[in-house]
Amino acid sequence: MMEEDREGLLRVSAHTIRVTEAVRDGDSLTFIVISQKLSGSGEYHVARTHEDFEWLQQCLFSQEEVPGVLGVIFPPLPAKPHLNASTKVLKQLGFLVMGKEWCTYCKALEIYLQQVAANTRLNKNKCLENFLTSSDAPGQQRVRKSIFNRLSQAVEGLRKEGHKDVDDFFQTERDNNFTLTGCSKSATERFLDVVLTEQKLAVACGHLSTCLHLCVEQRDDGTAQAFSQICVKLSEVVDLMKKNFENVAENNLSTLGLGLDLETRYQEAKKEMLYRRTCKLVELETASKNAERAKPIRKAAMDDLKMKSEKEFDQISGVAKQEIARFHSVHVKLLHQALILWCEKQLETAKETSASYSQHLQAFKDLGE
Amino acid sequence: MSQTDMAANSQRNPPPFPGSEDQDPLSEMADGDSDEGEDIFVGNRNPVAARTESFQPNTANGEEPADLFSEEDSGPAARSSNSPPGYKSSGVHSDDDSDLFAEASMELAGGGPSTAAKPSEAEAGPSPTTRKSTTQPMSMEQLEEDEVKDNFELDVAVTNPEKIGDGMNAYMAYKVSTVTTLPMFRNRTFSVWRRFSDFLGLYEKLSLKHSLNGCIIPPPPEKSVVGMTKVKVGKEDSSSADFVERRRAALERYLQRVVSHPSLLQDPDVREFLERDELPRAVSTQALSGAGFLKMINKASDAVNKMTIKINESDTWFDDKLQEVESEELQLRKLHTVVESLVNHRKELCGNTAVFAKSIAMLGTSEDNTLLADYIRLLGAVRGCFEQRMKAWQRWQESQSTLQKKREAEAKLLWANKPDKLQQAKEEITEWEGKVTQYERDFDRISVTVRKEVLRFEKEKSKDFKSQLVKYLESFLQSQQRLIKFWEAFLPEAKAIA
Repeated sequence: MMEEDREGLLRVSAHTIRVTEAVRDGDSLTFIVISQKLSGSGEYHVARTHEDFEWLQQCLFSQEEVPGVLGVIFPPLPAKPHLNASTKVLKQLGFLVMGKEWCTYCKALEIYLQQVAANTRLNKNKCLENFLTSSDAPGQQRVRKSIFNRLSQAVEGLRKEGHKDVDDFFQTERDNNFTLTGCSKSATERFLDVVLTEQKLAVACGHLSTCLHLCVEQRDDGTAQAFSQICVKLSEVVDLMKKNFENVAENNLSTLGLGLDLETRYQEAKKEMLYRRTCKLVELETASKNAERAKPIRKAAMDDLKMKSEKEFDQISGVAKQEIARFHSVHVKLLHQALILWCEKQLETAKETSASYSQHLQAFKDLGE
Repeated sequence: MSQTDMAANSQRNPPPFPGSEDQDPLSEMADGDSDEGEDIFVGNRNPVAARTESFQPNTANGEEPADLFSEEDSGPAARSSNSPPGYKSSGVHSDDDSDLFAEASMELAGGGPSTAAKPSEAEAGPSPTTRKSTTQPMSMEQLEEDEVKDNFELDVAVTNPEKIGDGMNAYMAYKVSTVTTLPMFRNRTFSVWRRFSDFLGLYEKLSLKHSLNGCIIPPPPEKSVVGMTKVKVGKEDSSSADFVERRRAALERYLQRVVSHPSLLQDPDVREFLERDELPRAVSTQALSGAGFLKMINKASDAVNKMTIKINESDTWFDDKLQEVESEELQLRKLHTVVESLVNHRKELCGNTAVFAKSIAMLGTSEDNTLLADYIRLLGAVRGCFEQRMKAWQRWQESQSTLQKKREAEAKLLWANKPDKLQQAKEEITEWEGKVTQYERDFDRISVTVRKEVLRFEKEKSKDFKSQLVKYLESFLQSQQRLIKFWEAFLPEAKAIA
């Protein structure tokens, strides 16, 4: 078993995983994934597309051998990036598609990989190793069918979601999660509106700047010159404002925007896990009922089913509890970091802008004195 | 220039966020930013949305924002020792406590300076004078400083908009305060209450008297049915407070332009406007809405263009100037449109950021009383005065041709030998010769005036724009610096979470 464990250990240190850039290849994006060897002797460089990531996610979902795997909160994978999509689709993708050169999206993928690699129940999967180290793209390989029978879950979803829990801890978790999911979603959307408006402002400033240039007068005499100078100087200031808005928007989306988006998706992931557990609970309760009401011939079989259900349920609950504890510290940490980074970046931008304004103001005052 | 300085001294604060104290600094952002600067683009204003979520600095820092900005807090006279001397320009603001907006609403609806926050706003009483007297040394200093440039001996400000009456018959009264050393006034400092129609009436009277001379009469701010109705109905939201503030600022700029015009200042109507306690209600102010004014100007210029006798300009200065004026008007209009779109975006941003209580909160408005709009109207007035000159020239030409006809008639009579009619003809000729001379002199006089006026206008314009923009930039800088302090305060908080 020891050997297996050693084999299962990821050859890569989780926190060194980076997704550095996105290369545009016609209609699809290829991401460069870099990770440091655990032995410290070098790096792995691989190129992956979103399909590869999806393949990895499917691998993780189909790990039947891991007990209680249904209780794992799977790190959420960002949705597929559409390059030439309509505005509506883009808006759904939100912050991730807005950054310069897809850097926000890359960061989201990076976090995804880091979280997967840090989760002890997921990182022993060969697929992850493969994904990070193999030079061949794994995306074409067939994946075992996912153990999550999503279709049936979706259909019966409404009924089961409200199903009362047997465990107070989980009931509370479910309730909190419900509220939090709603809140973080709406917060993300509002923040997205803010950033979009900032970008619009930047564009409007650009227009104003151009327009001011047109106000420059052709005449040569003193007053016309003075007015033209004013216009030109003002145009420079407006340009500055424009850059400021652009930077502020960029800061917003790359830090807090990303953080909020992540938070939303993570809360969703947790919701899904809790839901799976609830489904299992329903299954268990149905099995119990069946076992009670079963005719003697079938009783043994029913009892077996019930035992199996119960065991699975207990496993899931056990795993879920651990995952929830871990999740709590992880997602708070991520959001916290995002918040701090946001603040730092905005502070920096504000200082820069302030210094520039100062200069311009002085120059403006000196005009025609 | 002392007048614009005085305007800068009048601290205007938009109604800030209700509730949170940190919104105080936000409202202070509009401080140094006098309305003029704000009007050009967008000043820093608070959205007065009733949002309860807002960034709360922790108590350690909580005092800070208030302290940082308390010296800029242009509170009512009670705190005038702290604040720069100035007119408490807008009755809708006071900076005493966080529940400022509620107070402001009261003032709008209550219609009287009865709140404790504005003891000095009493209409009669020594306190206005004392406050104004503190501005006098200031403006004197300014005068000494600016002696080279201008020598104004009169400063005027429009402050304290107050709602008088109720329902649809209500109106806003504005306090017009004057500080002067000119002997033609009875006192050195005095103030009167005027309503919007009074300003329009003043414009009408001046226009009747002076436009024929080719003077550029500054046009007043535009009427607005929507804005006023909101105020009348007593809608106590940010847009009506905003509207009142903009109108106040526009009226102030208007008056400042009127008094800075040397000939207009001498007009007894202007004096009466500034001094007299009660003015007869100006009733025929219908034609002076913004659109109406523009239509009037356009009709006039169309009529002039249709004149078949083309003026034979020996002096190309006027032709060139007119063209410049027209192109400048186009440019300013374009600029104005772009600024408006910027303003609308900022309004949007303010709405969107309200939930996050970001420190950049800029409120735009769709009212048209901005500096740019002022200048667009002024250019219309400039065109008007060019047209006056054209008309004068026409009169002269017509009189010349009439004279010519009379002479021909006389010649005919001579030839036909009718002595009695001849006498009459000779008399008419003398009469018309006189008229020709007079009209020619009129024309020359108008030409000189127009020339002088336009040059003055251009100089003023440059100065005006420059000073407004300096103010605007300064306020921008201030807001950036506050923003920095905000972020600096927030950073340790953010780190301390969890």
